[in-house]
Order: sequence, then C-alpha cells, then structure tokens
Amino acid sequence: MGSRASTLLREEEIEEIKKETGFSHSQITRLYSRFTSLDKGENGTLSREDFQRIPELAINPLGDRIINAFFPEGEDQVNFRGFMRTLAHFRPIEDNEKNKNQAASEPLNSRTNKLLFAFRLYDLDRDDKISRDELLQVLRMMVGVNISDEQLGSIADRTIQEADTNGDNSISFNEFIKVLEKVDVEQKMSIRFLH
Amino acid sequence: MDLSISRRAGVFLVICTVLSLLYGCRGEIPPKPTGGVTIVPPIKPDNVPQAYPDAEKANLPVFTMDYPRIQIPFEITLWMLLASFAKIGFHVYHKITIWVPESCLLVSIGLIVGAIMHSVHEEPPAVLTSNVFFLYMLPPIVLDSGYFMPTRPFFENIGTVLWFAVVGTLWNSIGIGMSLFAICQIEAFGVQDINLQENLLFASIISAVDPVAVLNVFEDVSVNEQLYIVVFGECLFNDAVTVVLYNMFSFVAEMPVVEPVDVFLGVARFFVVGLGGMGFGILFGFVAAFTTRFTSKVREIEPLFIFMYSYLAYLVAELFAISSIMAIVTCALTMKYYVEENVSQRSCTTIRHVVKMLGSISETLIFFFLGVVTITTEHEWNWGYILFTLLFAFVWRGLGVLVLTQIINPFRTIPFNLKDQFGLAYGGLRGAISFALAFTLPDNIGRKQLFVTATIAIILFTVFLQGISIRPLIEFINVRRTNRNLSTINVEIHCRLMEHTIAGIEDLCGQWSHFYWKDKFMKFNNRILRRILIRDSRAESSIVALYKKLELQNAMEILDTVSGDISAAPSIVSLYEEKKSSAKPKKKFLAADLRNMHDILSKNMYKIRQRTVAYTNKHALPNDSQTKEILIRRHASIRRSLRPGSFQSNMVPKSHKYFSLPAGQSLDLKFPPSRLSYTDDHETMSEVAYPSRRSRFGQPTRSSSRAMMPMRRLDTLKEAPSVDAVDEGRSDGGRTGHGMSRTNSSYSDSHVVPAPRRHHPGDNNSGSADNLRNSHHETQEEEEEQSQPSSPSPVWAAEPRDSTTRNPLLRRPQWNPKKM
Repeated sequence: MGSRASTLLREEEIEEIKKETGFSHSQITRLYSRFTSLDKGENGTLSREDFQRIPELAINPLGDRIINAFFPEGEDQVNFRGFMRTLAHFRPIEDNEKNKNQAASEPLNSRTNKLLFAFRLYDLDRDDKISRDELLQVLRMMVGVNISDEQLGSIADRTIQEADTNGDNSISFNEFIKVLEKVDVEQKMSIRFLH
Repeated sequence: MDLSISRRAGVFLVICTVLSLLYGCRGEIPPKPTGGVTIVPPIKPDNVPQAYPDAEKANLPVFTMDYPRIQIPFEITLWMLLASFAKIGFHVYHKITIWVPESCLLVSIGLIVGAIMHSVHEEPPAVLTSNVFFLYMLPPIVLDSGYFMPTRPFFENIGTVLWFAVVGTLWNSIGIGMSLFAICQIEAFGVQDINLQENLLFASIISAVDPVAVLNVFEDVSVNEQLYIVVFGECLFNDAVTVVLYNMFSFVAEMPVVEPVDVFLGVARFFVVGLGGMGFGILFGFVAAFTTRFTSKVREIEPLFIFMYSYLAYLVAELFAISSIMAIVTCALTMKYYVEENVSQRSCTTIRHVVKMLGSISETLIFFFLGVVTITTEHEWNWGYILFTLLFAFVWRGLGVLVLTQIINPFRTIPFNLKDQFGLAYGGLRGAISFALAFTLPDNIGRKQLFVTATIAIILFTVFLQGISIRPLIEFINVRRTNRNLSTINVEIHCRLMEHTIAGIEDLCGQWSHFYWKDKFMKFNNRILRRILIRDSRAESSIVALYKKLELQNAMEILDTVSGDISAAPSIVSLYEEKKSSAKPKKKFLAADLRNMHDILSKNMYKIRQRTVAYTNKHALPNDSQTKEILIRRHASIRRSLRPGSFQSNMVPKSHKYFSLPAGQSLDLKFPPSRLSYTDDHETMSEVAYPSRRSRFGQPTRSSSRAMMPMRRLDTLKEAPSVDAVDEGRSDGGRTGHGMSRTNSSYSDSHVVPAPRRHHPGDNNSGSADNLRNSHHETQEEEEEQSQPSSPSPVWAAEPRDSTTRNPLLRRPQWNPKKM
C-alpha cells in the first residue's frame, strides 16, 4: 500500500478538478475510488483493458467507442484528470450555471460539449464530419443482424440527407447541432452522479 | 385463422370433457385384480375330458384393466398435460397474451374445467394438500426464480428489496389485520367471532404479493431496470417473509393469551428463520459446487446434483422449520456461479432448461388448480368482510409503498418517482402462495371457509382486474414524449446513441457504491473459494478446446445458412469507396420509405440494458442473442485491431481500419494475457448477470467466424485467384487476428487466415475480407497464407511488436509485414 501513496488524491488536485469540471468534493472522491478500483495496475492511470474489464461495457454496443472517448488522441493511458474531464461532460446542467457568464471557456457539460461528445463517437478521425461510412459503422453497431446492408445504407443515406445542408454528403458538427435542436440533450446526456 | 382457433378451442374442450369424464368413470370401476373383460374361447365342450384340473375357474383373461394401480401417477400426468395444453393454447393467438397475463388465462381455464367437473359432480383430485404444495410444487418455482436472478442488479438493490419485502409485508399484514379486526367489531357483518390473531393470520396470508403478471407487463412496457429488480426481489423474499409470519401467527392464534415476551420471541424467531435459511442455502450451495468439481467423468448426472442439492436445502430447512424458500434461493444463487464453471456446456443447458420447465409447470398447475378449486369447494361468502378485505389490501399496499419509498429514497442511488411507485403499488397481485397458505389453514379456525373464500376472491380480483388493467395504465402514464412520426431518422438514431452512451457511462462509473466490500469479496473469492470449488485443471485448455469446438460449430452453421443478406460485420469502406459515394446521385425517399425506416430502426436497434428483462422473463429462458451479437462484433474488431501494422495511425487514410476500436494499438500486448487472467481474476465479471462465464468466453471466441458475413458473395472466392490485387485503401488487408495468442490456438489461426483479397468496387473492406476469410474457413482447411499486398499499404508499416514470434504457430510464414 505504500507504493500507492503517490496516487492518493491530494487536496489541491481535488480543488483543481473541481474548478475544471464542476463536480463536488464528495463526487470527486467517490469517482476517485472507482478509478482506483478499476486501475488494476495501480499505476495511477487506466488503460483500455481496464475499461474493457467492465463487463457491462463489453456488452454495450458502443462500448469500445465510449472507452475510446476517454483517451486523448493517440494515447494509451488516461489519468484521473482525464477521466474526470471526460466524465464532466455528463454532469447535469444546473440552473445556476445556465445564467453564469461564460467569460472563460464553456463548462465541460454545456449542451454544445455534450453534443460534441456524441458527435465524436461517430467521427473517429476527427475531421469534424460524419461521413457516410462513419455513420454506417455506428449504425451497424447499434442494430441487430437482421438488417441487410442495403437497408442500412438507405437509412444512412436518409440520415445524411436530412441533416446535410451544404451538400458535402456528410454531417458537420453544426448540422449535427441543428438536427438535434429540438431534443432535450441536456437531459439525455446527463447522469446523476452519486455523492 | 379464427376457424382454426375455434376448432382448437373445441378440441380442447372436448379433451377436457373427456378427461373429466374419465375421472368420473374412476369411481365406478370396482377394484378387481383381474379386471372385468374376458374373452371366452369359442369352443368349450363340457364332455371333453378335463385337461385342466380346475375347470370351474375363470378363463385366462386376455384384456384386463387395472386402474387403481396407476391411478395416482395417471391423474397427475393428465393434469399436467391438461395444463400444458392450456399453455399451448394461449400462444395460438398471440395478442391474447399481450393483454391478458398468463396467470389469468390459466385461472380461467381452471375455472372452466372446474365448472365441467362440478357439473358432472366430480371431485377435484385431492392432491392439493399442504404437503403436496409445499414439498412438491413450491420448490421448483422458487428455484426457477432464484436460479435466473440477475445477481448484480439484485445485490445493488438489496437494501431496497429487503426493505420492501420485509417491512412492506409486515406493514401490510399488520395494517390489514388491524383494520379487519376493527371491521369485525361492527355487528352488521356478523363476523365478530374472528379474533385479532385470526385476523392477523389471514392478513399475513393475503399480503404476500406475487407479481408474476406484473413482471410480464413490466418487461413489455420497458419499465426501468431498478423497478424491475425491486419487484422481482420483493416477490422472492416476500414469500419467505409471509411463510414466516404465517407460521408465527398460526402459532400465536392457537394461544389463548399473547404476552409481550411472545412478541419479542416472534421477532427473534424471524431473524433465526431468515438468517438460518440463508445459512443453510449457502452451505448447500458450496457443497454442491464442491461436488461438481469432481464430476468430470460423470457428465450425464451433473444436472442431478443441482436439483438434489437445492431440494435438499429446501427439505432440511423445512425440517428445522426455518425459511426453506430463502434456503433454496440462496443455494441456487451461490451454486450457480461455481457450478456453471465446472459442468460441461451441455449440462449447463440442461440444468437451465429443466429448471425453467419445472418452474413453469408448477406455476401453471397451481393457477390451474386455483381455478378448479374455486368452483368445486364450498364457499362461505360474506359481502362485508370480503369487500373490505379487498379495499384494505389495496389501500394498505398503496400506503405502504408510498411511505416506504419516502423513507428509502434518500438512500437509493436512483430514487423512485411517482410513476415507479404507482407501478409498485398497483402491481401487487396475489398469487399462488396465498392460495396455498389459505388451504393449509388449520381446521380449528372457525371461519376457515370464509378465509379461503376471501383469499380466492382477492386473488381472482387482483389477478384479473389488476393484471389486465395494469398494462394500459402504465402505458398511459408513460406517455411517450416524442411522437415517432414527427421525429426524424436522425433524431431516432442519435437519441439511441445517446442512450447507449449514458448506459455505458453509468456502468462505467459504477452505481454500486460499496466498492470496498465488493473488492474484498472478490479477492476472497479468487484466492480461496475458487481454488476449492472449481476444478482447476480447466484453465486455458478447456477454453481453447471450447473455442475449437465452437469454431467447428460455427463452420457448420455457416455452411447451412444460405441467406446472403445477413451481415454481422459493419461496413468499413475504403477511401476509394468514399470518393465514389460522393458521386452517387441523391436518392429520393418516399414517405413509405421513411415509415419503413422508422419501423426497421425501432425493431432492430438494440435496447438498453436489456439483460435484466431478458433474464427474468418468467416463461422463457434467458435470451442473450443481443449480447452475443455485440460481443461477437467486439471480438472481431478487437482481433482486427490487434494486428500489427495498425500502429501507424498517422499514415492511415481516412477510412477506418476498425469498426469499433480506434486505429492503432487499442489493445496492446497486455490484452491477451489479461484474457488469460480471466480465469483467475474475476473482479467484475462475477457480478455480471450473465448466464455463465463460459459462454462469455464462448461468445468472443466464436466471433471470428460469426462476424463474417456468411456465404455472402461467395463468388468472390472464385474470382480471387491471387493475393496481389489488393487495394491499399483496404486497411484491413492482411490482418491475421493473431493477437489473441492464448485463445487463438493453431486451430483458429489456420482458419482465420488472411484471405486473398480482391478489390471490390463499392464493396466494403472488411466485408469482403471477412467473407473471404469466412469462405476459406468453411471451404478450405488450410488456406494459402499469402496476403502481402502488392501495393504499398501504409497500414502495414514495420511491425513494432514481435507477437508473432511468441507463438510460432501464429506466425504467418509468408507474410512479411515489413513490406511497404
């Protein structure tokens, strides 16, 4: 247990995370204990295998993509800060935050950022466009085996058609936002974090 | 269609009549050892010298009939068959079962049969005695519930479950008992002779909630998982609590005076009963698990152990008059995890099937008997008492749920809202346990008939009225927010994506807050329990053997499937295709197309968190096809991404090299060993309410063939003479899923061969790769292993790791990944 001393959470870190993500103190400590319980290698970072050990994620159709979203470009390990940063997207938007003057950058859990998270689940190569193939990939992951490729292709075509306004046959982030403007994304992309 | 239904119904009724007549006949055949029908030989002259010394004796009977000998088994079998015919009959017209829960239908059929029997003045078989019910009919039902209980959600909600089961039942019993006692004081109803103890006893009988019908409805309306598991768990523990209360109150009812000491002793007894039951269950569970460790040579009788040990747990608990239901449930829970590791796959399937079958038939029989007995017993009807019973049962249940939820909500991670509470309260149907307990009331209770009648009345009322109406009510409350016709396809898809994401993140964060205990238990489990209880010679070899077997099976299956439209692999399109797609003309979509699309999506998109519902469907085996598909896909993608050369992410063209994993070393070298360690390091896996860990392994390892599009475009095989014409955009080319060094034994690798690729315009990359691989898989045992691309593929840069050298079998002899 002595080797873990360096990975214990210090107060300053908690404060920093609190400022950056908006989680409360108890939430951060709770998530930290979850982080450490996932971290089998006990080196303070999580790798993809650590995530894959969660069986529920394994049977989530989008499990791998969700896991991937935690890891920044090209990296293999995520530390607690990164972990919290990603989770911060899912914090519910509180009323008092809506009116706060966002002089600095937007909070991580703003509507735009939530939508960006969802957008990035599709857009793996980060070119800010959901191409037809990217869409097809995700579609295929989300449906059963009884849909033929042609049917899926049609659905993808229709999806792009509905959303695409500038005719480049792919969905840009702005088009994505527009398409979902009537959807209560704040509620759909939020989970209640435990204290 | 209707004609066939009515014809079937007619046949069915005829069968019923015949059967009841058969019972009617029973009484008239005098028991004679040699039966009645004899055929006399034609010639028998009297003046023939008597060859036989005793000519006066009766001749050898050719046909005899000896009913009494087989009577009991015969009747039992007939009743079971009749009940099963009823079950078949229900599913003739599918819509019936949607609107009317099965329990209602069974009771109705029972009522019909009872009416028939009553009209021919026949008595129902006197099999519904206390012993028969509690020793033979109840254990299978409880075993069924316990065995298929999803452990992880259950333990996450165990506090709530126990709270509702124990405190809720107590609240109900005492509340109803007291109110009824108050009612009894009113002279107008003429029931003043019922004292408090008897009222309490009666109340404890009818407070046992049996939400069988509710579970059926819940899963159709996709109630949230939490509610589902709480109701399910409550049902289970409810029975235990009721029986305990019943025994306590019946004991108390016979006592003339109740002293405070007795109340205290009652509480103490409650704990003894509950905890003792659990203790016995765990003990027997461990013994069963230990036994199965040694049964590798006697596979045929492996299922027997499960049943015998569970039943033994039940009986021993009955012996000591502690909660046998708790015993059998805990036994099943404990046993399941270890046993499913030890026994063979076939035994596992057998066990599950038999448990389901026994549970199903027991339940059917009970409801059936309920219907029959309703007609044929003497009833004592008392309007006041019975109506007030119904009222109080309803009121107290509602109040109880309300109050208890208020108290427990702060402790819950996901509080119950009003809709949930309504579901909980309204879903309080009474069922089999109440019925049985009513029948086994001691005869010295003066108003036994009244109690029986009242119990039957409340059961019928709740089962019919509440059972049928709960579905529309829940649907009414759960107003769908988005009208499907108005939402676009985009919204539908993206919303589902978001739901899956949220489910994933929730699971990731782990709603269970007691990691400490969970981790401790897992460590204990791994270090000690698994060593003792699980046959340790299994480790890798059996998994590999299983993998081989499954690969073979899959090969066979794929050979059989002809349809070319089934594609499990997502489409990975190459750069080439992307360019092409922009040239495609814009398609026009009609409204009908749109509707079709909506239909397709709604029917085929994976539901969230389906596993709880799938597991607790009372009338069917767990359905894990969705999870299988997902795991297969994942496995294929993992294998694909493990191939070397996928590390040069910066050189990757826009097209993806993976379908669910990012380009590059998503799973590094550590992955194969960690799979290895699954056998020792269970951690989170034990919590999964997944049928067996083995099948968990079974799924991923099967994926290599399943993920391939079976037989699709098989012509590509013929058209692909050589390896060379590979499009470099095909990033998947030449991959050999050799990353899984453990599970991919030589067998698998010989099958998951880098197939010769062929440029397929407009075709998807991995699709054809998989196809060819798959076709190779079936048609050729050992395929040529050439797969080097002729044109430089940026994907196959230098192979950074030498995982191929780890296992010589995995090495592709001619594949030089360094070819650029």
